[in-house]
Amino acid sequence: MNELLTTLNAILASIISPGTAALAIAAIGLNIHFGYTGLLNMGQAGFMLIGAYGFVISITAGLPLIVAVIIALIAATLFALILGIPTLKLRGDYLAIVTISAAEILRMIGRSSLLTSVTGGSNGLTGQSYRGPFTDLSFLGDGQSTLGPFTYDNTGSNGWWVRLVAWSLVAIISLFVFLIMRSPWGRVLRGIREDEDAVRSLGKNVYFYKMQALILGGVLGAVGGIMFVLPASLQADSMGRAMTFFIWTALLLGGAATIFGPILGSIIFFALRLLVQGLAGQFVPTSIMNSQQTEQFSWIMIGIVLMLLVIFRPQGILGDKKELSFNAK
Amino acid sequence: MMLRVVTKERNLTTLTVPLKMRRLPRPRKLAAAFILISVAIIGVLSFGASPTFAATTAACSANATTGCLQGTVKLSTGEPAVGVKMTIVGADLDASVQTDAAGKWAQAISVAGAYKVGLDVSTLPAGETLDPTNENPATVQGKLGSNAGTVFKILGSGSATNSDGTMTTDAQTAAAGSVTWERFLQQAASGIRLGLLLALASIGLSLIYGTTGLSNFAHGEQVTLGGLLAYVFANLLGLNLVVASIITVLVCAATGYFQDALIWKPLRKRGIANTQLMIVTIGLSISLQYVFQFFIGAKTVRIDMANPVTVPIGPITLSEQSLWAMLISVVVIILVGLFLLRSRIGRATRAVSDNPSLAAASGIDVDRIIRLVWTLSAGLAGLAGIMLGLVLNGISWQTGMQLLLLMFAAVTLGGLGTAFGAFVGAMIIGMVVELTNLVLPGDFKYATALLILILVLLIRPQGIFGRRERIG
Repeated sequence: MNELLTTLNAILASIISPGTAALAIAAIGLNIHFGYTGLLNMGQAGFMLIGAYGFVISITAGLPLIVAVIIALIAATLFALILGIPTLKLRGDYLAIVTISAAEILRMIGRSSLLTSVTGGSNGLTGQSYRGPFTDLSFLGDGQSTLGPFTYDNTGSNGWWVRLVAWSLVAIISLFVFLIMRSPWGRVLRGIREDEDAVRSLGKNVYFYKMQALILGGVLGAVGGIMFVLPASLQADSMGRAMTFFIWTALLLGGAATIFGPILGSIIFFALRLLVQGLAGQFVPTSIMNSQQTEQFSWIMIGIVLMLLVIFRPQGILGDKKELSFNAK
Repeated sequence: MMLRVVTKERNLTTLTVPLKMRRLPRPRKLAAAFILISVAIIGVLSFGASPTFAATTAACSANATTGCLQGTVKLSTGEPAVGVKMTIVGADLDASVQTDAAGKWAQAISVAGAYKVGLDVSTLPAGETLDPTNENPATVQGKLGSNAGTVFKILGSGSATNSDGTMTTDAQTAAAGSVTWERFLQQAASGIRLGLLLALASIGLSLIYGTTGLSNFAHGEQVTLGGLLAYVFANLLGLNLVVASIITVLVCAATGYFQDALIWKPLRKRGIANTQLMIVTIGLSISLQYVFQFFIGAKTVRIDMANPVTVPIGPITLSEQSLWAMLISVVVIILVGLFLLRSRIGRATRAVSDNPSLAAASGIDVDRIIRLVWTLSAGLAGLAGIMLGLVLNGISWQTGMQLLLLMFAAVTLGGLGTAFGAFVGAMIIGMVVELTNLVLPGDFKYATALLILILVLLIRPQGIFGRRERIG
């Protein structure tokens, strides 16, 4: 019973954790790519990584916080341009292959021993080295606060301040996406998703619209990356291919082309994984599955959930079957 | 422009309409198929099921707010290594610990996340070295409330394994050294070796793409499966390496057959779009990677425990296993080529690749050809995995995943969907990857291959042998 409570507690904590919010922001970015425009971006973790590096390196170079954020967003924009120019005129798979490759290149460069002085190499950079300017902004003061079952520092490394900022960002970005997707611009994107040729025949430059969507979603990915490293540390390997796939699972779980889908998906993604792991840890004897294996088991389940989801309920929990992007070319 | 319209129309009739008409009766059968195939995979792998971590130390006990990173370091003789310094970096932690009298080390953590655990090789006793295939520092996922660890494999003085120039080791020294003729030849030989193995693995990827239009992201795991099964048969069960390899290739081919029978064919019949299927392969790939970790662990395992014997050929040295692997690859690639060019079924395969509807109209059983392609592809990938495991002196759950991007680069360069393109592309990519080592440190070698991929798409997106109408 006690273990079950621990699992429940962990699930509740994961619901409000800044990591979940970071994944949600990245998933909202991917939603613009895939859900609204039909672009197969398989390198969203690369956008997160470039955002995180742009931010952290600027901070450690002594630049003010706002400049660091702007540099991170510019870096993500350039990354999107480099990826988009060769591929957006080709069929969908090519963007998928190029984005996944480019994300891997970034990760490899980030962890390269040549750049240890800048990126910390494969060890990465610890949170203390760049968190200062962000926590200085906090108006919550020192000490701890308790809200319901949770007790965290007000401002500390992984406290209420970063949670407040992360979830406020989720809310602001969701509102922003809601508004632009109702605008004429958003309708063109959906049109591209449904039938590229039809939109082209209306005189719209499909290539530029796709590029704008790629940049916008990528910039949101970069914001997600910054929020991901703020409460933790910056390590290239933590934003590898696995992260991209988690974002995809979260998005498809919640429902692509919906406003709340990515957020709900991210929350359920972590909760589900912890639940599977907790239950397997409690009810399966250690001789069959040790603690390490329960975690791996939970990831196996995540993969299977992704497969079943795509086949049986491609619209996810909140999605609309009419708004599917799967026939995107 | 005419062509675009035609393909569009075909999409409409073959993809969207059946989606609605054939929806109802399938789900249960499909779900059963999934469970079956998972059980099959797990069953096959459970030969090698062994608990990965048994060590628990008193120094650290995990509870709700702390987790433990821990492990045991043993010398090549099997005795505990005492007083070895370990560094643990990650989250907010930057600590170093020493192994105790039992060779155990432990570090408590209060933040879950990835930690880098490094072994200070200078504190190892004289004559003992870390296995070069061992990642150092290794990444460990630390979790609250549980223990996580990593294994460092220590080799004795007699076993300097890497005269062979494997993927990880000479990388470190390479950047600093000057480019000599000998090193160029050595790297070129490694390049040919990598290219051949890559070709073996990617022909299947390209054939599957050609016949079904599916980019199979789980193809890398087929390669890993081959290597790990060979480890199970040859190392754990102690079979003769040749016998083990034959069994492995047969089992791998069977996984291809049943994959198509149980997953891909039913999904095709349901009229599910290729984009959707691609995401299904990604889900499969995640699952398989963790299935491998579940049974084998995150460590690198060796198929053949004996130290490789190296053979000098002129200015270069290659291990015996490398030479065998290259010979076998060449023979198998030629056989596959002859099969595709000369045999009736091979010609039918190319016809399906060319134009499935036309092939079906001329009386070719497309489903049968696709089944054959899956079987062949999985078998070839398995064979590549075995030889990769032998040549690189170890295989782990992520070997195939790392290779997958090189395979994609190879088939894109050669032209997606063409078997011969895959071969040429693989040779070029293999060569580039190994020659990059001459001038750049090892971290960048894959990066150059992927950079080539991006450049190819920019300049000639259909690849060397591809056709224009396939790409847009």
